[in-house]
Amino acid sequence: MSFISYLISGISLGSIYAIIALGYTMVYGIAKMLNFAHGDIIMVGGYAVFTIGITCGMNKWIAMLVGVVVCTVLGIVIEKVAYKPLRGASSLAVLITAIGVSYLLQNLALLIFGSNPKSFTSVVSVPMIKLANGELTITGETIVTIIVCIIIMVVLTLFINKTKAGRAMLAVSEDKGAAQLMGVNVNGTIALTFAIGSALAAVAGILLCSAYPQIIPTTGAMPGIKAFTAAVFGGIGSIPGALIGGIILGVIESLGQAYISSQLADAIVFSVLIIVLLVKPTGIFGKKINEKV
Amino acid sequence: MSMALLETKNLGISFGGLKAVSDFNLTIEKGQLYGLIGPNGAGKTTIFNLLTGVYKPTEGMAELDGEVITGKSPVEICKHGVARTFQNIRLFKDLTVLDNVKVGLHNNYKYSLLDGIFRTPKYFKTEKAMNEKALELLKVFDLDNEAQFLAANLPYGKQRKLEIARALATEPKLLLLDEPAAGMNPNETQELMDNIRFIRDEFDMTILLIEHDMRLVSGICEEVTVLNFGQVLAQGETAQVLNDPAVIKAYIGE
Repeated sequence: MSFISYLISGISLGSIYAIIALGYTMVYGIAKMLNFAHGDIIMVGGYAVFTIGITCGMNKWIAMLVGVVVCTVLGIVIEKVAYKPLRGASSLAVLITAIGVSYLLQNLALLIFGSNPKSFTSVVSVPMIKLANGELTITGETIVTIIVCIIIMVVLTLFINKTKAGRAMLAVSEDKGAAQLMGVNVNGTIALTFAIGSALAAVAGILLCSAYPQIIPTTGAMPGIKAFTAAVFGGIGSIPGALIGGIILGVIESLGQAYISSQLADAIVFSVLIIVLLVKPTGIFGKKINEKV
Repeated sequence: MSMALLETKNLGISFGGLKAVSDFNLTIEKGQLYGLIGPNGAGKTTIFNLLTGVYKPTEGMAELDGEVITGKSPVEICKHGVARTFQNIRLFKDLTVLDNVKVGLHNNYKYSLLDGIFRTPKYFKTEKAMNEKALELLKVFDLDNEAQFLAANLPYGKQRKLEIARALATEPKLLLLDEPAAGMNPNETQELMDNIRFIRDEFDMTILLIEHDMRLVSGICEEVTVLNFGQVLAQGETAQVLNDPAVIKAYIGE
């Protein structure tokens, strides 16, 4: 019974990774860059909800809405200020800028909120479920996280494949130049991608802080890197890849923690990254690019 | 007197010290089928890039329908009514044939992001209209049965045709075709010539095309401009220009 319980909490953790990985993978697919500041948007989302909901004592729904809006705007601003001027620059320059933005956000949070952990009150009010005569308990946070992840996946997939804006995103991800010549606003499309990715990061932040009710300026860093691992595992640029990669990684982490060693759990997760890069560098759903000789 | 749709005046561009194109003057009347020919490296595609805003000219200007288009971005120029195809096919290969055309329709059908997310009636209505329009365009090129195929899975000749359909979807006034017959066999080329004529008549289109296949050029172009080393070598009625000794020399040498 405990195995099932670890499995379910792994799926729940993996759902959070998947939601974060979506942001990585979409931005990579469309802007062809790794936005290493993505993890820190999670933290900003957490602090925004904390400030509005707990410090100011507002209704939790308002707090969540503000959190999502703050992150969305932040994502667009970061793209405009830090990444857009580097559109033609080498990917290394963009990568370093992204790392810089990441440290900037962490240190701003440190300055504003201090280094002491703030305790976060879960926004979830769904009661826990007891199954099998109380041997198996599933928390409300777990249930909500998995459901939210499924909803996001369905809505996002429909949005990208079935709407004008989504088609524009796909076109830009394949060939910016050709898309532009067909009248697609490439800068607007990239900004939209950052907006969606950052809004998802806010949702992930809220879920993460509800499941592990504590928040510090580096809260987003580790989940961010693990979600990046998940995105690579699933095949960076692929949306179903982010989902599968995230969930597999969450399950590996949860089971590793339970059965191998709780201290080695992170090491196990990152070993997965190394193995994937060695065996199948393009990830599960990644496409191999065949160059014609 | 008929009206000029496209007029370029001393259009030119230099890369560093190299003049890729200079003093390019061209007037195309509404409804004309115009050819742009010349040896490899003469600057033909560069002119397409200048006309579509991919490159900004370093000298001269171009007017479409009386409005200056030089200096505008590719998106603006596309909205003004210039559409093109590419020498090396640049379809969205992982999208379906239908979706490729629908990307071209992007600016002519509107609904908001929220309409798309919440799937309002407006979303369904607009998407349906887009599908119908896209299928109508695909039918012109006999591609309507392959609408759900991925563009990458189409045979080469059909990919070229799909590019034309996608360009037409932007509802251009001027259609630029960059070597539309490249890599086609004689039958396909013949079919393409019929297609191009049909587009011109049916859509009231003005077409400027780059082509090396002289059978196609002499078959459908009313006038041509010959470009050599970035400069106009000859200009005028097709049959006359193609028999010009200077043109023959540029193509085959002494």
